[in-house]
Amino acid sequence: MLDIESLEVSYGAVRAVRGVSLGVRKGELVTLLGANGAGKSSTLMAIAGAVRATAGRVRLDGADVTGATPENMVRRGVAAVPETRDVFPDLTVAQNLQLGAFTRRRDQAGVIHDRETHFTHFPILAERQHLPAGNLSGGEQQMLVIARALMSRPSVLLLDEPSLGLAPIVVDQIFDMIGSLKDSGLTILLVEQNAAKALAVSDRAYVMRLGRIEAEGPASEIAAATELKSLYLGAEP
Amino acid sequence: MNPVQFVLDVLSLGGAYALMALGLVIVYGILRLVNFAYGELIMVSGYTMFLVSGSGFPWLVMAGCGVVMAIAAGIATDYLAFRPVRAKSVTAVLITSFAFSTLLQNAALLFISPRPRAVPLPELFSRTVEFAGVITPVRNLITIAVAVVMLGIFSWLMRSTALGIAMRAAATNFRMARMMGIPANLIISAAFAISGLLAGTVAILWIGRIGTVVPGIGLEPLLIAFIATVIGGMRSLPGAVVGGFLLALIDTSLNYTLPQDLLKFRDAFTFSLVILILLWRPEGIVRGPASGQRT
Repeated sequence: MLDIESLEVSYGAVRAVRGVSLGVRKGELVTLLGANGAGKSSTLMAIAGAVRATAGRVRLDGADVTGATPENMVRRGVAAVPETRDVFPDLTVAQNLQLGAFTRRRDQAGVIHDRETHFTHFPILAERQHLPAGNLSGGEQQMLVIARALMSRPSVLLLDEPSLGLAPIVVDQIFDMIGSLKDSGLTILLVEQNAAKALAVSDRAYVMRLGRIEAEGPASEIAAATELKSLYLGAEP
Repeated sequence: MNPVQFVLDVLSLGGAYALMALGLVIVYGILRLVNFAYGELIMVSGYTMFLVSGSGFPWLVMAGCGVVMAIAAGIATDYLAFRPVRAKSVTAVLITSFAFSTLLQNAALLFISPRPRAVPLPELFSRTVEFAGVITPVRNLITIAVAVVMLGIFSWLMRSTALGIAMRAAATNFRMARMMGIPANLIISAAFAISGLLAGTVAILWIGRIGTVVPGIGLEPLLIAFIATVIGGMRSLPGAVVGGFLLALIDTSLNYTLPQDLLKFRDAFTFSLVILILLWRPEGIVRGPASGQRT
């Protein structure tokens, strides 16, 4: 469904991503592992169109979407949740969700239905729907940005470090949620440093180091290998 | 000093200032760039009214032409001065917006005249009326009414419409807004169009005070808008309104209290007060949303 070929991303003289190739099949949950600065987020943001790839190809269902703008990628069904967890702090929770459905403005009934579905999954968001999103806790904001990304009814979801800086109990909730999104048939590319948790829900995984893919394979194999490599994966195996 | 007179003066001047400031800050909020060609939108509106003055249309139609041309000039600023260089560098955009401003002013000098040109005004504008015991120009009451209506429409637009909410989102975090599928170009053009609408409206009220238009007419409104947004808070729409009214309060108070021979230095007093306000609150009176980097 998503095919990345020899992707390169540079920030000035810094080559953050050096020839990364990876693929995500329909309905698959693929994790991209690696230490800080390995180029995981840059890869993800380049796919989302939020940073420009200096070389390489991004294909979505066979169509070349390299260099598409972020708004174009959303219209093509690719929604991204950056690690910066950017809620619009002065807009209400409900307005944040409404913005997530910006590409579906003509389908108000569907938008309201989806919003209610997310409210049943996340009662806390329903409770606080009229509050500014900036008032939510970190975990609630993470739930909001994921729900907001889903409001565009994407076929591919790109998730960047959803567990970053959250309390362990909230991390578990987030991974439960990712698991159920996968079960619902959504194609997901997940970037994580929490290798153990991510691999437990993934089908396959890639390990990045210094801008390159260093290993790839089924999640269980990578998990076994991870114990040896935990040093530079930077997480408890 | 009559308190009613004072309040009316502050409100009518402040209404005009607030609209000017909003027109500048709506673009600044999204692009983090001051549109230095903003004053020329007012000029374009004035000259449009001058050019259609012989047409025999009712005044409201002529005023409408002025507003429409200001909107068109606003959108043209985006397409000609901002969009081609937006992705490249901030300095480039600053220079192209200055260039666009100079270009428009010189076009007016060359093709129309450096001398003042009369702009059609309804007879109502020059009438005075007795209101709560004071005699005041009807123009001032119209300015207050128009400002209230425009601020109401603007506030509704930004709070309750999909476009307005998208614009507020883009002002907080442009990149994330694009990742919601909100097209960058649509949002920026809409900001310039709204800026033009406000400039066109201000033009009618502002030129209504003097009755003529000159090529440099935009400089003072640009300065006022800039100062009002700086003291109100560059990142906040309500801040622009607060700044506009505060600046009007300062100006009007000085007009009332300064002795005759100091009055010509009024702006020096105004700017001193502005400096004091900024020493007290360097970010402006109303703080904008916390996040947001330049795009």
